[in-house]
Amino acid sequence: MKTSIPLPLPRVLEAPARNLLDRALASAQSRVPIPLQIKSLHLLLKAKQRLLNQPQFPVPVEAPIPPVAEVALDDIDVSNPFLYRQGRWLEYFARLREEAPVHYRPHSPFGAFWSITRYDDILAVDKNHEDFSAEPFIILGTPPEGLDIEMFIAMDPPRHDAQRKAVQDVVAPKNLQEMEGLIRTRVQDVLDNLPENQPFNWVPTVSIELTARMLATLLDFPYDDRHKLVYWSDLAAGSAEATGGTAATDETFEAVTDMARHFAKLWYDKAARTAAGEKPGFDLISLMQGNPDTADLIRRPMEFLGNLALLIVGGNDTTRNSMSAGVLALNQYPAEFAKLRAAPSLIPNMVSEIIRWQTPLAYMRRVATRDLMLGGQFIRKGDKLVMWYASGNRDERKFERADDFIIDRPNARQHMSFGYGVHRCMGNRLAELQLKILWEELLARFETIEVVGEPERVQSNFVRGYSDLQVRVKRKVAAV
Amino acid sequence: MATMKFLLHDGSSREVPLIDGTSLMQLARDHGVPGIDGDCGGACACGTCHVVVGDAWIKAAGPRTSEEQQMMAMTPDVQPGSRLCCQITASAALDGLEVRVPEYQM
Repeated sequence: MKTSIPLPLPRVLEAPARNLLDRALASAQSRVPIPLQIKSLHLLLKAKQRLLNQPQFPVPVEAPIPPVAEVALDDIDVSNPFLYRQGRWLEYFARLREEAPVHYRPHSPFGAFWSITRYDDILAVDKNHEDFSAEPFIILGTPPEGLDIEMFIAMDPPRHDAQRKAVQDVVAPKNLQEMEGLIRTRVQDVLDNLPENQPFNWVPTVSIELTARMLATLLDFPYDDRHKLVYWSDLAAGSAEATGGTAATDETFEAVTDMARHFAKLWYDKAARTAAGEKPGFDLISLMQGNPDTADLIRRPMEFLGNLALLIVGGNDTTRNSMSAGVLALNQYPAEFAKLRAAPSLIPNMVSEIIRWQTPLAYMRRVATRDLMLGGQFIRKGDKLVMWYASGNRDERKFERADDFIIDRPNARQHMSFGYGVHRCMGNRLAELQLKILWEELLARFETIEVVGEPERVQSNFVRGYSDLQVRVKRKVAAV
Repeated sequence: MATMKFLLHDGSSREVPLIDGTSLMQLARDHGVPGIDGDCGGACACGTCHVVVGDAWIKAAGPRTSEEQQMMAMTPDVQPGSRLCCQITASAALDGLEVRVPEYQM
């Protein structure tokens, strides 16, 4: 080996070394241009990790998960990133809801955590941001150091409120009216170009393509580079230490460096165009530059990156996997497909039902801010709690025949997939609009939309989605 | 029977009977009043049943609860009479109440 591996420092030198390195990190963050900053951060962090002999997060290795009946209650670990992929999640969460709705897991690769699995308990925790803080992260694990950029989804009021208000208009209903026509044209374009009578992977062809186009519009990002947004976003939400995903830290650092470079350029280009007299658009950067609270956000790089990253992550996996889930669900429940064909006016309610049934993000994490009782359990200040929306959405106490996909379910809208309380998804109306248009255009075009083969599900305890869904479509015979 | 009116964004209005003990959000949903979403079903957790209570009625409708106040921190176009109508309970005392439904819920 060419490079020498530094020996771990003697314990007595550890604290000074840590201080020195942390100071170097802080100073880099305040002076250097953003992309360089992240690059140098990465190098410094690697050095720190080697010097202090910090252990690497173990790469998750897939092993068959036993049926829940064979596992002691205390040994249930729902942070396992393969639980969803192996189709075991239903039985595991059903048992927790029945036997231990507020369940403590002292050991997991992500540390100790409580699982909240019933609808009403989740709702109570989500609404109470004073006792249950969203800081510092909303995922179960801890993102790689240096990639823990600041997002308002993981801030408490009042900081959260100010930052969210500055950007929420980009997906506010008023802005959606401007976008509806554009979304529909793009859906038509993608659907008109689908191969007929031969299987194709629905995920990249339809779900990723449509969400990538949407993201490019929201950011006024160069259209031809739109797949970069998807790539960055997938990595940002997919690290092993954060969610049990497959993204490698080195690759993620490189991606975030590249993302920072592109977003900084986007900011300065937009400022220059506006200065030259161009009318500001409806995109996120225009909105930020036009709002006094965020007009100089570029000077707070981690916040700037955080807000943009949050928007691309929020609009990426979520809508993508709901777009795939609808096709899968209607194939698993053919009577519902028939119901839909007979009454396309059910589409809006079906959209809510798809989002409930899929729950594209399985949970949000909170931290208790004081000692308290919840569901008969004593929670200590500082304990992590995971609100399993995916379980709340299948709670029979709230939804009759909760595991079934029923497109005219009367209370489908009351699903928890958007979260509740101050952190409720701000892009919910845009997500619903995209799904509604997709299904209107699908019904208008295709005689059959057939899933042909088992879907491939992603490895994560957070994102519940598909990487491969083989589909075959048959067009309607054109009306004469 | 006591009634109230939802004044819609398009200038039209809907009159609904005030059923004692029912929330105004539920009344709106039961009578198909457009523009009141009420996603969370009345838990004061989603912010999508925003109405603006007419000046003359603000006192009778009562003050916002603290939970409501938190949810409304995110609501665009909040006005002095803004309320989440799942938190207003119908009673005969509100006979003749008029509330304005905003253009959008968010």
